[in-house]
Amino acid sequence: MKIYTYDNTFEGFLTCVFDCYSRKDFPVDICSRFGEQRYLFVESIDVPSNPKKAERVWKGIQKHLSGKNKQLLFYAYLSEELGIEMKIYRFLRRMFSGHLNLETDYGDPDVLSLTQSSQKVKKEAMRLMQFVRFQRTKDHMYFCGIEPKYDVLPLILNHYHKRFTDQKWLIYDLRRNYGVYYGKDKVEEVVLTKKQFNTYNGQVKQALLAEGEDFYQKLWRSYFKHINIEERKNLKLQRQHMPRRFWQYLPEKQHEI
Amino acid sequence: MNELVHKKLKILSDAAKYDVSCASSGSSRANSSKGIGNGFAAGICHSFTDDGRCVSLFKILMTNNCIYDCAYCINRRTNDRPRATFTPQEIVDLTIGFYRRNYIEGLFLSSGVIKNPDYTMERMVQVAKKLRNEENYNGYIHLKAIPGASSELIHEAGIWADRLSVNMEIPTEPNLKKLAPEKSYPDIVKPMGQIRDSILVAKEERGKYRKAPRFAPAGQSTQLIVGATPETDRQIILLSSGLYKKQHLKRVYFSGYLPVNSYDKRLPALNRPPLVRENRLYQSDWLMRFYHFRAEEILSEDQPFLDLDVDPKLGFALRNLQLFPVDINRADYEMILRVPGIGIQSAQKIVLARKHRRLNSMHLKKLGVVLKRARYFITCNELPPAGLGWEPQRLKHKLLGEMNSKYKKSLDTQLKLFADYKPVVPTLH
Repeated sequence: MKIYTYDNTFEGFLTCVFDCYSRKDFPVDICSRFGEQRYLFVESIDVPSNPKKAERVWKGIQKHLSGKNKQLLFYAYLSEELGIEMKIYRFLRRMFSGHLNLETDYGDPDVLSLTQSSQKVKKEAMRLMQFVRFQRTKDHMYFCGIEPKYDVLPLILNHYHKRFTDQKWLIYDLRRNYGVYYGKDKVEEVVLTKKQFNTYNGQVKQALLAEGEDFYQKLWRSYFKHINIEERKNLKLQRQHMPRRFWQYLPEKQHEI
Repeated sequence: MNELVHKKLKILSDAAKYDVSCASSGSSRANSSKGIGNGFAAGICHSFTDDGRCVSLFKILMTNNCIYDCAYCINRRTNDRPRATFTPQEIVDLTIGFYRRNYIEGLFLSSGVIKNPDYTMERMVQVAKKLRNEENYNGYIHLKAIPGASSELIHEAGIWADRLSVNMEIPTEPNLKKLAPEKSYPDIVKPMGQIRDSILVAKEERGKYRKAPRFAPAGQSTQLIVGATPETDRQIILLSSGLYKKQHLKRVYFSGYLPVNSYDKRLPALNRPPLVRENRLYQSDWLMRFYHFRAEEILSEDQPFLDLDVDPKLGFALRNLQLFPVDINRADYEMILRVPGIGIQSAQKIVLARKHRRLNSMHLKKLGVVLKRARYFITCNELPPAGLGWEPQRLKHKLLGEMNSKYKKSLDTQLKLFADYKPVVPTLH
C-alpha cells in the first residue's frame, strides 16, 4: 500500500504520474502533501515537483487527446475535487495503454466525472468573463476584486488580454490572494501586500477612485433599473443565470444589499 | 457626462426595453493592436435584470421621438411621454465608458424615426462609424435598419456593424396595414433581402481575399410581436421557417405582446403578456434550428395552435407514437434527438459513448437524460419499451402528472371535458 504526495500543483501531480510509471507502481492514492492525513499504515512517498518530467507527461497527454479535449485533464484538475487525482491517474493508465478516443467513453464513471468536473471549471471561467466589473482608479488603472469558486484566473487572462489592450487592468482573486495585472505591455501575476480595497467585495477605497467613477456606476445602475420590464418579473430566472454569490461585486446590485 | 445625460439615459433605456434581441454572438472580430474590444463568438451576457432577461449589449434608442403612429408601440407620436434625443457623441462616450468597465459586450442601437428614415439612419451609422474609427473600438455593434432608409445607408451600416436587424413586428401584411398604416410591408422586406445579398457577397469575397471588408459578420435578425394580432402559431412558425431558409436570418425573436397602449381599440385587452405561448414558440424555434425538425412537423395543417400543456417536442412524439420506441444503441443521431427528455448534449454524448460500450438506462441517467420522460420512447440494453400500447391522450396525462413544469400553476392538467377546445383568438376591431 503506497500513497504519493505532491506539492498541490498540476506540475507536481504530473511528476507523480511520471514517477509512478518509472517505479512501476500503482498507488492507492495521490494527494496533496498539505491536505489532512487520511491514511493510517501506508507507505507515503513524497514527490518533489520536476518541470522536465511534468513536461514529458503533458506532451504524452497532448498526443493522445483529440482537438477540443486537449485541456480536459487540466480543467478537471482545477476543480480541486476530492479524489480527482486518482480519477485522472486511472484515466491516464487506460489512455497510455492504448485505448483510443478514451475521452468520449462517457459510459465509464471516471471519464464522465472528469468531463463534468471540467465543465464546471469552464462554466466558472465563463462566469468570470461575465461578472468582472472594473473600477477606474486615480492612476488610470481598472481594478476588479472577485472570488471565483475555482482557480480560473489563468483561464481567462487571455480573454481580457485580447480585449483591453489600451488600458491597465488588474483582476484580483480575493480568496487565493493573487491577481493578474496588465500594464499595457505584458500580463503578469501579482500579489498585493498592502490592500487598498475591501477584501470582502473588492470595493476600492473612495479616495483612490478616479473622478467620475461614481457617476458611471450611477448611470449603469439606473440603466439596469430602466431596462427591466416590470410585468415580466422573474427573480428565479435571474438568480439562475446570475448566482447570488456574485452580487456583492456588481455595482448594479449594490443598492439592494 | 453630466446630469442631463443621466436623465436622457433613463428615458431612452425605458423606451428601448421592448426590443427583445440582445444576442452578442456570431462575431469573432479581432482587436486591433492598440484598440479596445473584440467579438466573442459565443456571446457573453454581463448581467440579468429582475425579469430574468440578459443584459449583453447596451440597448438604447437614439431618440424616442417618432413620426409614426403604430398602435403597438409605446413611442408612437400620439402618446404623451417624456421625449429625449442623444447626440452621436453621447452614445459613443457612454458605450466606451461602460465597455471599459466590462459592464457590456457592445452596443445595440435602435431609434424612433425623426424627420425621415434616411436622416435617422444616417445618424445611427455615424455612431457606429465614430466608434470604429475614432475610438478604435472593435467590440460588438448591433444596428437596427430603419425601414424605408436608402440602400446606400443600409450598406454602410453593415460595414461598421456586426449584426443588422429589421423588425417585422406584425407577421402578416393586412394586420400590419391595420395597426401601422404608415408603414408598408415592402419597406421591411426589401432591406432584409438587400442585407442577405450583401452578406453572401462579402462572405464569398472573404473566401478569396483575406482583407476583403466584412459585412454584418454576425448576420441579421428580426422580431415578431405575438398576441397583438390574430395570427395562429402555425402561421408564425411557417413564417419564421421561411425567414430562416429564404432570408438566411440568424434569429427570429418573439415578443409576447404587452398592452402598452390599452386605450387603442384595435388591440386586444390582455391582463398579462402571453408568456407561455411565447415560450412554446421559442421551443419550436429551437426544434427547427438545432433539432432538425421541419416547420410542418411541429404543427400539422389541422392544428393551428401549439399545445400549451406540453412542449412541442413531446407533442410531436405523442402524435407520432409509431416512430417509437427508439433503440438508443442503434438509432441515428437525428432520431435520438427526437426523443423527449434527450437534449442535444446528451444525444451527442450517447452517439459517442455507444462506440465504446452498449449503454443501459443507468448510463443514460448519468449522462443527463430525463428518464422519467424518455423511458416511454426508448429501448436500450435492458430497458423494456415502456411506451408500447399507450394511448397518446393517456400517456400525455400520465406525463403531465409526473411533470414539474414551471407553468404548472397557470396550466390546468385535469382531463378536459371539451377535448377540442380552442384558445380564444383576439379579434381585430
